[in-house]
Amino acid sequence: MKKLEYTLRRLFLSILVLLGMTIITFSLTRVVPSNPAALYLGTRARPEQIEAMTEKLGLNDPLPQQYIRYLGNLLSGDLGDSLATKRPVVTEIVSRLPATGELLIVALIIAIGIGIPLGVFSAQLHGKPADIFVRAFSIIGVSVPQFWLGLLLQLIFGLALEWFPLASRVDSTLRFTSPIQDITGFFIVDTLLTGNWIAFQDVAWHLILPAITLAAYPIGLIARMTRATMLEVMQQNYIRTAEAYGLSYRLIVYVYALKNAIIPTLTVIGLTFAYSLTGAFYVEIIFNWPGLGLFTARSFLNLDFPAIMGVTLFGAFGYIIINLLIDLLQAYIDPRVSLE
Amino acid sequence: MSISKLFLGKQSEKLPDNPIPPPSGERTGWQHTLYVIRRDVLAIFSVGWILLMILCALLAPVIAPYPDQGRGRNDADNRLLPPSANNVMGTDELGRDVLSRLIFGAQPAMVASLIVVSVAMLIGVPLGAIAGYYGGWVDELIMRITDLFLAFPSLLLAMAIVSIAGPSLINAVMALVVSWWPWYTRLVRSTTRSLKEEYFIEAARAIGVSDVIIISRHILPNTITPIIVQATIDIGTVILATTSLAFLGLGTQPPNADWGLMIDQGRQFLRQAWWYSLYPGVAIFLTVLAFNLLGDTLRDIFDPRQYR
Repeated sequence: MKKLEYTLRRLFLSILVLLGMTIITFSLTRVVPSNPAALYLGTRARPEQIEAMTEKLGLNDPLPQQYIRYLGNLLSGDLGDSLATKRPVVTEIVSRLPATGELLIVALIIAIGIGIPLGVFSAQLHGKPADIFVRAFSIIGVSVPQFWLGLLLQLIFGLALEWFPLASRVDSTLRFTSPIQDITGFFIVDTLLTGNWIAFQDVAWHLILPAITLAAYPIGLIARMTRATMLEVMQQNYIRTAEAYGLSYRLIVYVYALKNAIIPTLTVIGLTFAYSLTGAFYVEIIFNWPGLGLFTARSFLNLDFPAIMGVTLFGAFGYIIINLLIDLLQAYIDPRVSLE
Repeated sequence: MSISKLFLGKQSEKLPDNPIPPPSGERTGWQHTLYVIRRDVLAIFSVGWILLMILCALLAPVIAPYPDQGRGRNDADNRLLPPSANNVMGTDELGRDVLSRLIFGAQPAMVASLIVVSVAMLIGVPLGAIAGYYGGWVDELIMRITDLFLAFPSLLLAMAIVSIAGPSLINAVMALVVSWWPWYTRLVRSTTRSLKEEYFIEAARAIGVSDVIIISRHILPNTITPIIVQATIDIGTVILATTSLAFLGLGTQPPNADWGLMIDQGRQFLRQAWWYSLYPGVAIFLTVLAFNLLGDTLRDIFDPRQYR
């Protein structure tokens, strides 16, 4: 009962924050001197055209009225039309989501799969050279600019060694040899579902470099957090008790200690996942990945303001949802989390 | 005043005991600081590299081998030359010396990040102290606004602000301030809240010291440690942020030199001129690494309890 109440309260708070966010994105386009109507028409518009468009877009109405209208549109799933493509921003976002999602999820799996074992390993060998190596590795991971790491990997593994394809999501010839049936938009899943083995290999091959680039930062953070919490947990009384009972070292570390150490790491994973949302933009630009990032970068540069507002709001929305889910998950799996 | 100073003195007793066994005798204060720094070769590297970058930023026209090229003058005869004795790091597509461009690129990186962090602190720290000290509705109001800004992915918010306000370094700096101050508010608020319960603050209040004096003289000095550690690491993060904005075309504009911008421009010449994109990335990486390491070292010095 208490958990349900907590869930509802968190949900309510998140909705309030979302509402606040719409105020920020709304004011973003209103506090600046540039007139959205003029932007909409381009540089060669005549003043009377701009005047007419200002009236048509309702930009002469009082601000609260404009905001209410904006909010109403949002609730009906309307983020406006992109100035560049003239298509609804929602459509643009949704059609690009699977490409970005696939990249993000694979990167997250790599980050967790490497980061947590690295952290545990490092904590076990506290102070030894291997531990120092892992610490160095993780601080390097958080210091390296993602957009440069991507280039470096391209330079080494794409151009010099020719192990991996340089960019894009699939090979351009794949369309003719073994085309991918679009079912979910996640190519890995689609190729597996249709048993398209050749395409699967190609897709996986194209994913490796961008996913590693995106995972570098989270690997560092997750390893650091796991290491710190493992060190802390290993000093607790219940671990000593387990040792006194003569339980095997492996059982103690990997079951009893890790179970408790993983919970703070969960928060970090949530945060880095949200952080990777922006990081993915850069990786997409470097690897010419046809996802949200390329679209976002273009709209930011072209001052495509409905797209800017839409993408910003969407990114923030994703961020809130992830944080909410992590908080709830924590409350459900860790009885020590106070639900106040 | 003297009474509260007395209580401030009591604070220092609370300093944690030293977990790093000193080889001989007792080390206190500065001795301990020097010991930790010397112990850590990495700390020396980080301080050295940061000083070098500050020097580059301040004295770019003097240090750079080709100062006019560093500012943006083209040299059409020397396009995309590989590293040589004349151009240690090669030249770019406009024939400019990459090393000179890098040295000039230290200016936006160092100056912009210092400004972002200091202004964000100037806004965030007092707000955090006020929220933590007064509590109640003031706290609620400040923290809800803070939460709102924290709920945005900070780089995304900065990108949106810059693109709407117009791409330039100044706008990038302002946008980053807008998305950065809430972190300091939250940090200072939590420290202030725990400090508020301490006897020396209660005593100061009991003898009628005004709130302004209590906050500025007794609370803020005691929150300074976590702030310094955070700010040091943040300078590195902000360098990452400004250079990535410049990489997108949302920061420093050509012909000015900027590490992020150089990586973006060099990207098109990756096949012919690896040096063009490689070196600016190394510069960003080493600088951010240096600030991260320095932040870690400072944490060790200020708070040996957390020594890992």
